Amino acid sequence: MTLDTFTRSQWYAIGRLPDFDGAEAKPVRLLSQDLTVSDKAGVLSVNDADGRSLLTQIRYGHLWTTLSDTPRPLYDMPEFDEPDRRLVTAGGVGVRCSGLRCVENFLDMAHFPFVHTDILGVEEHPSVESYDVSMDAEKDEIWATKCKFFQPMASAAASGGQITEYKYRVPHPYSTILYKTCPIRDNVWDLVGLFIQPVEEDECIVHSFILVFDDENTDTGLLHFQQNIFLQDRMILENQVPRKLPLDPRWELPTRADASSIAYRRWLKANELQWGVALFNEAA
Amino acid sequence: MIQLHDYPLSGNCFKVRFLLEQLDLEYQSILVDFYPGYEHKSPRFLDINPLGQLPAIVEGGEAVRDAQAILVYLATAYDKSGKWFPRDRQGEVYQWLAFADQLTGSISAARLHDAMFYRLDVGKARSDGIRLLRIIDEHLWFAEKDGHEWLLPLPHPTIGDVACFPYIALAEEGGIDLAPFSSVSRWMERFMRLKGFKPMPGMMPLPMPKETP
Ligand SMILES: N[C@@H](CCC(=O)N[C@@H](CS)C(=O)NCC(=O)O)C(=O)O
Ligand SMILES: [Fe+2]
Repeated sequence: MTLDTFTRSQWYAIGRLPDFDGAEAKPVRLLSQDLTVSDKAGVLSVNDADGRSLLTQIRYGHLWTTLSDTPRPLYDMPEFDEPDRRLVTAGGVGVRCSGLRCVENFLDMAHFPFVHTDILGVEEHPSVESYDVSMDAEKDEIWATKCKFFQPMASAAASGGQITEYKYRVPHPYSTILYKTCPIRDNVWDLVGLFIQPVEEDECIVHSFILVFDDENTDTGLLHFQQNIFLQDRMILENQVPRKLPLDPRWELPTRADASSIAYRRWLKANELQWGVALFNEAA
Repeated sequence: MIQLHDYPLSGNCFKVRFLLEQLDLEYQSILVDFYPGYEHKSPRFLDINPLGQLPAIVEGGEAVRDAQAILVYLATAYDKSGKWFPRDRQGEVYQWLAFADQLTGSISAARLHDAMFYRLDVGKARSDGIRLLRIIDEHLWFAEKDGHEWLLPLPHPTIGDVACFPYIALAEEGGIDLAPFSSVSRWMERFMRLKGFKPMPGMMPLPMPKETP
């Protein structure tokens, strides 16, 4: 499948800053292309296989690059500038499926009780109540709001079960951010997000972060909470068939798909995304 | 109190946590940023285990490293029942402890390669792992035929089972399909039904339904 304009025009996180300390042409794969990252006296540069130098930026604890010379601007997360928040970057984790599948799984609350049992959900409270989904036309991003779920241990700082309120944001085909009620402060949100590096159409590296208020846990405690959850997801993601995201109209809409997943798929279609999508005749 | 230098996603740490809990021992888990921080290679941790590997325990100022050695240590010191490390069958137990370390060298290596980008020959790691799975599957097939449920012909599991369990249960995370090993799969299910068993992420409790779109 050729690379569509929408996919090509995005910025992608390819690693945390410390991952490239002293790098000398460290190989990185992005969108089926071999790139290299070099660290020259603290300045990181990215080159493609022909030696062309690519645009880069450092944001949200990660190094970002793009194959495009005129990329769409990277979305804003003003919360990264707020004082007292703690940022933990969890390191890239390889997953054998399309990164689009990872976004969709992240949006789907229905899996909490079964996949993150006794942490993000309990089997006795499996149902997802309805919530609102809207498009922010100006920024071209999806928001799902007023999501509520009973969680026995919503974050590392939680001391017991609570109804957690969520908002989900999809500002980029391969990024999604979750805003959830902070268990220890009123009227603020904790952030958890995925910056996905699409490696091949059916393979990706998931860079995740948490940006929270927490004065109890160590960074390593926060890291392990996040890694535990994500490795539970990885197991489910790697068992999905097909590995690419089925968007072909000949497929019926997934029964388990909820409103945010439907909105995500429509948004990808509206933007004529093709790379990473399974075709009907490839299935089975 | 026993201190366990611990990483929740390590199968070798899982073995130690499992036995500590089975023996009802209190312990303090000291979290090590194994990935992405490689804290097990830091000077602080190399003081405890110069091999730079997890797990290690410290009790009364003495450190013990290597998951299998720790299982022997804990069972010898604290298991009054003598079931976990039966004194009259030490040879057989050690055989499976050594086997478990080979599972670390193969299946665990494949898993670290796939999920956390360890640089190694993943094809070799997988084929070594599959060879080991064939051996243990055949052993368990004959055991089941003789009416036994565990690696040793005893009515209960031993530290040999504990040591072999995690990386077999995590094989799919390293791209190794467990479907061909049916005796192994039944043994895993029995293990997961042991009282107090808590799965680690990546351990699949029951066959997962394959998703259709
Ligand atoms: N024989 C050791 C092997 C331990 C081992 O390989 N631990 C892994 C984590 S599960 C590790 O620390 N690997 C890092 C390395 O070997 O450099 C044992 O059973 O404890
Ligand atoms: Fe999940």
